[in-house]
Amino acid sequence: MARTLFEKIWDAHLVAQPAGRSSILYIDLHLVHEVTSPQAFDGLRAAGRRVRQPLRTVATVDHNIPTEPRGTPITDLIAAKQIAALQANCKEFGIRLFDMDSAEQGIVHVIGPELGLTQPGMTIVCGDSHTSTHGAFGSLAFGIGTSEVEHVLATQCLAQQKPKAMQIDVRGQLPDGVGAKDLALGIIGQIGTDGATGHVIEYAGPAVRALSMEGRMTLCNMSIEAGARAGMIAPDETTIAYVSGRSFAPTGAEWEKAVAWWRSLPSDSDAKFDKVIQIDAAQLCPFVTWGTNPGMVAPVTGRVPEVKGWEESDRRAAELALQYMALEPGKRIEDIAVDRVFIGSCTNSRLEDLRAAARVAKGHHVSSKVRAMVVPGSQAVKRAAEQEGLHRIFQDAGFEWRESGCSMCLGMNPDILQPGERCASTSNRNFEGRQGRGGRTHLVSPMMAAAAAIAGHFTDIRNWKFE
Amino acid sequence: MKPFTVHRGRVAPLDRVNVDTDQIIPKQFLKRIEKTGFGQFLFYDWRFGADGKKNPDFVLHEPRYEGATILVAGKNFGCGSSREHAVWALADFGFRAVISSSFADIFANNSTKNGFLAVRLSDDEVATLMKRAQEIDQYQVRIDLEKQEVSDEQGFRAQFAMDEFVRHCLLNGLDDIGLTLQHEKDIAAYEAQHPAPAALSVRSNARS
Repeated sequence: MARTLFEKIWDAHLVAQPAGRSSILYIDLHLVHEVTSPQAFDGLRAAGRRVRQPLRTVATVDHNIPTEPRGTPITDLIAAKQIAALQANCKEFGIRLFDMDSAEQGIVHVIGPELGLTQPGMTIVCGDSHTSTHGAFGSLAFGIGTSEVEHVLATQCLAQQKPKAMQIDVRGQLPDGVGAKDLALGIIGQIGTDGATGHVIEYAGPAVRALSMEGRMTLCNMSIEAGARAGMIAPDETTIAYVSGRSFAPTGAEWEKAVAWWRSLPSDSDAKFDKVIQIDAAQLCPFVTWGTNPGMVAPVTGRVPEVKGWEESDRRAAELALQYMALEPGKRIEDIAVDRVFIGSCTNSRLEDLRAAARVAKGHHVSSKVRAMVVPGSQAVKRAAEQEGLHRIFQDAGFEWRESGCSMCLGMNPDILQPGERCASTSNRNFEGRQGRGGRTHLVSPMMAAAAAIAGHFTDIRNWKFE
Repeated sequence: MKPFTVHRGRVAPLDRVNVDTDQIIPKQFLKRIEKTGFGQFLFYDWRFGADGKKNPDFVLHEPRYEGATILVAGKNFGCGSSREHAVWALADFGFRAVISSSFADIFANNSTKNGFLAVRLSDDEVATLMKRAQEIDQYQVRIDLEKQEVSDEQGFRAQFAMDEFVRHCLLNGLDDIGLTLQHEKDIAAYEAQHPAPAALSVRSNARS
C-alpha cells in the first residue's frame, strides 16, 4: 500500500500495537534541556528507574543561560539552580551534556542538526515544542511535556495515538527577498494557529525542494505555530549532503546503508493525505506580524487590518491584540517604528540566517533609536560566522554580537524587552509578554529584522540598497 | 496519577480564544525544579499588575468565581509552548478540567498525564456554557468521564469524545510508564534489531 513519509517512519518505529491501546513507538533520539527535564529526572529517582538508553539521550543548556561572555557568573540564582540540576542529572544518569563551556553548546534545535545527531528517518523528541525543527531532515520530530520526557527516559518509547497527515504543497518559486520565514508566516496566516492541529505536516513542492537545509529547518520549526504535531520534508540530495561528514553521522558501510534507507523514505506518489493545501510561492511577500499570535500577519506593504467585519471571536481576539500592541487598524506596516531588534532563536540563528542579515547590515548603521542584538544559535555557528567576519559587519553597523542561547526568544535569561518596547524579532512567537512583560513582538525574517534595525521601522527588503 | 471519574464544580469563564501556555504560566516561573507550587503564578500577567498588585477585574478574581474548579475557554486552548507547567499551574490552582471547542495537541497530551481533563465540546455548546457561567450566579456543571457527558441543572447535556484508552487510564489513574513497561519484551526485541548507532558511543565530546 502506498504510504507517506510520515507513515513509513511511524511503521518502522512501531514496537507494539496493543489492541485498543495507543501505539508504542520507539524513540531514536531524545534531546534534553534544563527547563523541562528536572521534574522528569525526579520522577525517575522516585520510582527507582534508570535512563534506559543514555547513549540516545543528549543534553544541552540553552533556555536560561545568559548571552554575555561565557564565564560571567549567572546572577539569577533560580536559573543557576536549574542549570546545576541538569548537570547533576546528566552525571548521575550518564548522559552526554554539551554544557555552558562546551565548544558545541547551543540551542538544542541548532546543535542536533549541526552535530549530525539529527538524521532522516529518525524519531526525535524533546521537551520543547520547536522539536518540529528536526523534521526538516525527514525525521518524525515532535515536542513533548515533562511527563513524556520521563516516559522516554525510562522506556525509550512513547505511547502515541497516530496523528493525521497533511500535505502543504508549495508550487512555484519564492520571489527575491522572500524566504523560508515568510513562507512559514504566510502559511500560518492562511490556515491559522490551529490550522494543523492533530496533523503532521509534510511540506512538498518545488519551492520547498529549492530551500537549503537551514531554510527547511526554519519552515519546519514554525509548524507548531500552525498547531501541527510535527512538520517534515522528505530527505533528498540536499539533506544527504548536509548530514555527510558531521560528528555523529554514520560512516563507511553504515553510511551507505543509512543513505539507502533515507532514499526510500519519500512519500509514494499515490500516497493519501487526510488534508492537502496548495500554496502559490509567487504570491508570497515579506511578512510582518501585527498581533499576538503568529497567524496575525500582514504583508510589509500592507496595513494593520480593519477588524470590524470579522467573525465575533476572531474580532475580539484581534481587538485585544491591537490594544496590547498599541496599534490602530489602517496603520501602514512600514510606519511602525521599533525600539529593539532580535536576530536569533531556533527559528533563525543559523549561519545562513546571519549571512542574510549581515548582507543587509553591511555598510549601514543601526538607527540611533534602536538597540539591536544578534545571538548565534550555537558556539559552532558563532565560530563559523566570526571566521567569515560577519561579527565585524554586525558590530561595525552597531549590532551587539553575543553568546549562543535561546535568549530573547522567550526571555528566560536577562535578555528581555522592557514594558512597551517594540521589537522586530526573528523568533517564532509574538504572544503577549513572550519577550518580556508588556513587550510588543513583531515576527519577521532575518533580512527584514536587520533592515528594521537600520531604518528604525519596518521596511520592504525588496527595495533595500545592498552595498 | 489521581483518577478522574465524576466531578461537579463551579465554572469560571475565560472568554478568549487561542489562550497560549505563555499566558497560562509565564516563562519567569519555569525555573522551578519542582512540579508543585505553580498555582500562584497561573495567568500571572493577567491576574497581577506590573507592580505585583492583584488585578480585581480579572475574571478569576471576581468573588463569584472563587473556588471554581472548571474553566471554560475559547478555541485552541493551550497553544504554543510544550511546558507541562501550564497543566501543573491549572491543577495546583484548583482546576480539575478545562472545557473548550479545541485544544492544542501537546496541552491535551500533558493534561492526560496529570489526571486533568481537557473536555472538547462544540463551539455552540461552549458558547452556551460560557454564557451561563457569566449570567448564572454560582453556576456549576457536572463532568462524567464514565458517560463522557457534561451536564448542568438547567438542562444542558452534551457528550464529548475521548480516546477509549486515554479515558480508561484517566478513570483508573493508571501510570503510563508502567503500562509501557508491560511491553518490555517487545522493546528489548526492537532494541536487539536496532542498537544505538556506533557514532553515539564515541565519548570524545562527552562531558559527564
